[in-house]
Amino acid sequence: MSTDTTTSVRDVIIVGSGPAGYTAAVYTARANLKPLLIASSVQAGGELMNTTDVENYPGFPEGIMGPDLMDTFQKQAERFGTEILFEDVTELELDGPIKKVTIGTGETFTAKSVIISTGSAYRELGLEDEKRLAGRGISWCATCDGFFFKDQDIAVVGGGDSAMEEALFLTKFAKSVTVVHRRDSLRASKIMQDRALNHEKIKFQWNSAVTGIDGTDKVTALRLTDTVDGTESVLPVTGVFVAIGNDPRVDLVKGKLDLTAEGTIAVDGRSSRTSVAGVFAAGDVIDPTYRQAITASGSGCVAAIDVEHYLASLEDAELPVAEPATV
Amino acid sequence: MSNAKDVTDASFDADVLKSDKPVIVDFWAEWCGPCRMLTPILDDIAAEHAGKVEVVKLNVDDNPATAAQYGITSIPAVYVFKDGKVAATSIGAKPKQVIEKEFAEFLG
Repeated sequence: MSTDTTTSVRDVIIVGSGPAGYTAAVYTARANLKPLLIASSVQAGGELMNTTDVENYPGFPEGIMGPDLMDTFQKQAERFGTEILFEDVTELELDGPIKKVTIGTGETFTAKSVIISTGSAYRELGLEDEKRLAGRGISWCATCDGFFFKDQDIAVVGGGDSAMEEALFLTKFAKSVTVVHRRDSLRASKIMQDRALNHEKIKFQWNSAVTGIDGTDKVTALRLTDTVDGTESVLPVTGVFVAIGNDPRVDLVKGKLDLTAEGTIAVDGRSSRTSVAGVFAAGDVIDPTYRQAITASGSGCVAAIDVEHYLASLEDAELPVAEPATV
Repeated sequence: MSNAKDVTDASFDADVLKSDKPVIVDFWAEWCGPCRMLTPILDDIAAEHAGKVEVVKLNVDDNPATAAQYGITSIPAVYVFKDGKVAATSIGAKPKQVIEKEFAEFLG
């Protein structure tokens, strides 16, 4: 049972605390909208919390650690009066002029507008053995778990920037890192490709799909299938880091907001307006293409300004109609 | 900062395996961001269920033997020990309500 703990209807509630959510908070707080940002209990800060050096966020010529960057975002949002709750949203009621947001404790908050910036979640391989061996050799976070694979042979699955970043990070610990990729070339940016391709500890297993994971209590090998000729092989590894991309986190809004064919929340043109009035979306949850910290930030700014305009339009509608002037 | 007691390779037997109460062990490290997220949640659980269960933490950097013995390859890893044996496990930082559900039988 949820209890309504709201004393008054807020202007805006922001769901999510990555670059999009915090930027929306900075802007709406500076616009004196007193945003409530619900940050999540254990994933606050979003995806950058699991990265190391961020070298492409403008303003940090020497680079900055992902968690440190998110700490600055949070401080900047708080400086202008953002209220932050480290809880998880469990339910959204988005229809009508007053939106309801329920969190894990059962508390409910209400607002005239909501910004959804829930980001994306790691994609899984979708194999039967994956869940069984998660935390027993299978990982989605090199910075968290690389330490446990000192002097071992491990694999990274994927061909994008995050896969290269994981592989390069893991060379600090592992004896060897084999990148397993379905194609014969990488999607990663040129600079990350060059670093990985030239690294003496990193090997590449091209045109290979992971079709099985061996191990009873702990991973012992990956079973691979060649994507060109279908031949099967076994790659003995004790650790597997999965970096095959992300899916937008839309569980909370399924059936409530229109989604695109890619599964992201549909927005109107370059705006953040979703299919429901007063509900805006920003960041990776609307972006199947760019998905960078800086694009998420920009998107959060767009949402904040859209919210300002929306609230202003509500006020205009509430104003009493002026009597025609008589002369 | 966590309120949970630190256990070590040396004290694990006495503090965890020989405990007369179920013990929740938080395997963690300084460099693990999600571990930091989980700390206040486990503190809350410890405070709310004091008497039923004890919550301790083990730094895997300083105590590699215990981490290796239980095959820890991902942290945060939260293990419940009862009567000297692993009774339940939870891998990764999860919301309080989820952990309470997973460990319900030990929290009473």
